[in-house]
Amino acid sequence: MRHEGPTALERFVNGVLPENPVYRQLLGMCPTLAVTGAMKPAMTMAAATAFVLISANLLVSAIRGLLKPHLRILVFTLTIATFVTVADRFLAAYMYEMSKQLGPYVPLIIVNCVIISRCEICASKQGVGVALADALGMSLGFALALASIATVREILGSASWFGLPVLPASWPGWGIMVLPPGAFVTLGLLLGTAEWASKRRATTGIWATVRGLWSWRR
Amino acid sequence: MGEAPRRAGYLAQAWLVVVLALLYGGGLAAVETLVGGRIAENRRQETYAAIPYLVPGADPGHTGELLLVGDDGRETKVYQAVGPAGEHLGWVVPASGQGFGGAIEVLVGLDAELGTITGLYVLEQRETPGLGDHIRGDAFRSQFRGRPAEVPLSVVKLEAEAEHEIRAITGATISSESVANIVNQALANLRGPLARQAGGGG
Repeated sequence: MRHEGPTALERFVNGVLPENPVYRQLLGMCPTLAVTGAMKPAMTMAAATAFVLISANLLVSAIRGLLKPHLRILVFTLTIATFVTVADRFLAAYMYEMSKQLGPYVPLIIVNCVIISRCEICASKQGVGVALADALGMSLGFALALASIATVREILGSASWFGLPVLPASWPGWGIMVLPPGAFVTLGLLLGTAEWASKRRATTGIWATVRGLWSWRR
Repeated sequence: MGEAPRRAGYLAQAWLVVVLALLYGGGLAAVETLVGGRIAENRRQETYAAIPYLVPGADPGHTGELLLVGDDGRETKVYQAVGPAGEHLGWVVPASGQGFGGAIEVLVGLDAELGTITGLYVLEQRETPGLGDHIRGDAFRSQFRGRPAEVPLSVVKLEAEAEHEIRAITGATISSESVANIVNQALANLRGPLARQAGGGG
């Protein structure tokens, strides 16, 4: 009995934009809101999540023939928790300052639903190659989503990007953008924009969407 | 159904979980062996970097380490803060205990006479982000500087009036009280041994 699902390429492409974990599935909201005050913590979180997602997907896919239906969630959680602990210890060893800055959010990757949903939807049903492509696509999509929010928040809030100054020194720095309310406001506006753009693209095509954005800006 | 077949049934169901748990446990032990020393070294460096803040004027390069047996019978590593000219300025005592979200580890600075707290530094905490994690902030920690070390500290919700009172962080009373209790316990536990060290010529 062979499960026919999307191909590796489809899985990869879907993860990046069409099924983006943050913008389309609204998963992984906790890190999305909590660590996107600046690019450095956001990208560290994205890398740690990618490591866990790729490792968990590969391992679950490799043992998918042995999974018992009622014990599969337990196996997923055990696997994810193990890889998260590995990521946490390596961060503490080699990026100590960043590890302190991220604090409890690294252990909290365990409960990031992006990862367990990929184990359930893809890795427990499809081969290792497809599971790898799926994990890579979803990781890239998650990283892009975190980067988009962190870019807005760091530039408006701290006038810098990846710690490098990008706005003139006269920029006052909107402190609220670095604080939790800035996360909610930015996420809400970007989600709305993404939703509006995808609706519009569905009805009028991509160029009309770009023209629409332009005319709205003016 | 007898006891043995049922047990065999459980094992047939759960053997994968058991095997994976053993494998993962082994893997994590290997990771810990690999990077555990490095993490300990990072923590040691953080402790040393905090010493001039905890005992003003202390030179981290001259710091002495000694193992003391506390009143609870357990060994604790304390740091003897020494100035650039070799004068004994005070002590840095590690303390830990349960907070609201997990274990809290702090360093407490004391003057040489063990009469005054000279500083507090939070090494490790898992308190609620945005509320309890303000125990790391200077506004909370600087309150401990200059407090008496002989009287147990107590936490108040309004403006602190007495000398031994610490004002709680709004929305994080349990975290604030945990820190004060951790400091109190560590001082009560190590006051005797530290005094003997100082009295015995250290």
